Amino acid sequence: MEQRFAPVGDQAIRIAFGETISKETNRAIRAFCELLKKSKLDEVIEWVPSYSAVTVYYKPTEIRYAKIVQKMEELLTQLIEMDLPPAKRVIVPVCYEGKFAPDLEEVAKYHQLSVDEVIKIHTNGDYLIYMLGFTPGFPYMGGMSKEIATPRLENPRSLVPAGSVGIAGEQTGIYSLDTPGGWQVIGRTPLVLYDGKRENPSLFEAGDHVRFRSISLDEYEEIRRQLVAKTYEIDDEIVKE
Amino acid sequence: MSTPLLKVEKPGLMTTIQDLGRTGYQQYGIVVSGAMDSFAVRVANILVGNEESDAALEVTMMGPHIEFLADTVLAIGGADLSASLDDKRIPPWKSVYVKKGQVLSFGKPEHGMRAYVAVNGGIEVEPLLGSKSTYVKAKMGGIEGRELQKGDVLNGRPSSKEVLQKVAGLVVSRELLPDYISSQPIRVIGGPDETAFTKSGLETFYSGEYECTRDVDRMGYRLLGPVIEHKETADILSDAVTMGTIQVPSNGQPIILLADRQTSGGYARIGTVISVDLPRLAQQAPGGKIRFQSISIEKAEQLLRNREKALFQLSLGVGSSTQQ
Repeated sequence: MEQRFAPVGDQAIRIAFGETISKETNRAIRAFCELLKKSKLDEVIEWVPSYSAVTVYYKPTEIRYAKIVQKMEELLTQLIEMDLPPAKRVIVPVCYEGKFAPDLEEVAKYHQLSVDEVIKIHTNGDYLIYMLGFTPGFPYMGGMSKEIATPRLENPRSLVPAGSVGIAGEQTGIYSLDTPGGWQVIGRTPLVLYDGKRENPSLFEAGDHVRFRSISLDEYEEIRRQLVAKTYEIDDEIVKE
Repeated sequence: MSTPLLKVEKPGLMTTIQDLGRTGYQQYGIVVSGAMDSFAVRVANILVGNEESDAALEVTMMGPHIEFLADTVLAIGGADLSASLDDKRIPPWKSVYVKKGQVLSFGKPEHGMRAYVAVNGGIEVEPLLGSKSTYVKAKMGGIEGRELQKGDVLNGRPSSKEVLQKVAGLVVSRELLPDYISSQPIRVIGGPDETAFTKSGLETFYSGEYECTRDVDRMGYRLLGPVIEHKETADILSDAVTMGTIQVPSNGQPIILLADRQTSGGYARIGTVISVDLPRLAQQAPGGKIRFQSISIEKAEQLLRNREKALFQLSLGVGSSTQQ
């Protein structure tokens, strides 16, 4: 068993919750982050949840490592009584057509499926966001069917537009900025995952669920228009666990 | 009042606006950025009578030429890149009165990699998520999220002439400054993935000499030296990394993550450089040699507290009326 607490340099502490990717570990991590949020400790600057741990950044001039360990231990004792706030499910519209889906046929061919079958599998079921990273607002999601798991491109593209929905092995993700990338791009969402000028710059939070909904090119354009006009409302709902 | 203060005549190799970084949003994958040598920018700010967190220019190796459009006081911290004001050399770590029309330029890099130009009142740009720091990769902060270009005009808010005259001429005592040229090892707090390495891999890391490759940028430093052996794999489940975290990918060559690091990484973390040694690291240029030494968290904390105390003393000294 790995250590529960470990320093990450002299300004951060890592709290381990497990060694594998699992929904249970994720639930404990979410609950702990919620506790951190509620307890508003003066010495704590911020925290970063991951697949298996939470790393807490603190002010080393105000609290020593030994003391922050104690504080984190105290928080952990409250974990059991913690009522987890209900998770949010965000419905993400995706256009799986034409120039938005340069690798869709390749992915279908790879699995000897039709394009429609790939879309059906990809839009079927919930994906859990374990963490955000890579670029601002980029969700690392788990829960994709092995039936459409496809290796990365041999030659990464120098530019993948923001909103592109991709597959890399058993992961699926959404590019949050225009960046180079090697994922198999099978569609694009009109939603804006990251906008520094928004009150919540990131569309998603770790712990959110995502479900993809297939839309036409016309609907894609319509949602874009509504986003510009600020009349679009994100389609989300409470997940019953 | 905000007023045009600087005009960029030549941008230099890479000049960006930086403060102490964009904290509080790492859980959303938003990169912290900020000054590579945060100690230097804090001291430079103190010397011109600013808040330590005010925005300044980070100048890299080959500095810019900048014309001043108003009177102010400037101070340069960090690397010695042979700064001159109208052809007259100005030393680092000293606040200097600048008259409207004077030109700041840089020459041969004497030592170090990054200098900070702080101006009284700070540099005014629209903050993004609480910070003015530039993160070029995601086009965030600074001016349009990019490096400075020829013709850019930056605003500032310099104080009245009386105040400026009082602030000018301050110096920092030598003892307070980190020994940038020291060949002492860079000190490291081990983990959290020490168990991913063999005993001999850890010994190699703490005994070998590593050279900074040409791949040294704001995101991180790739080093080259004796191969650090993993037990099985170099890959970990993606997890948080911080300023100074040393990752070792499967080729066994360490990468030290710095200001523009991503919020998480997928390679085993052998350790993290302690805060007080980060300035010295951030000033290493390609070809620089580094050794690592293990240190306890308690000792690192004490060193950090001592440094913060000294910085606090410095800011008090500047705030008082007795001038050096």
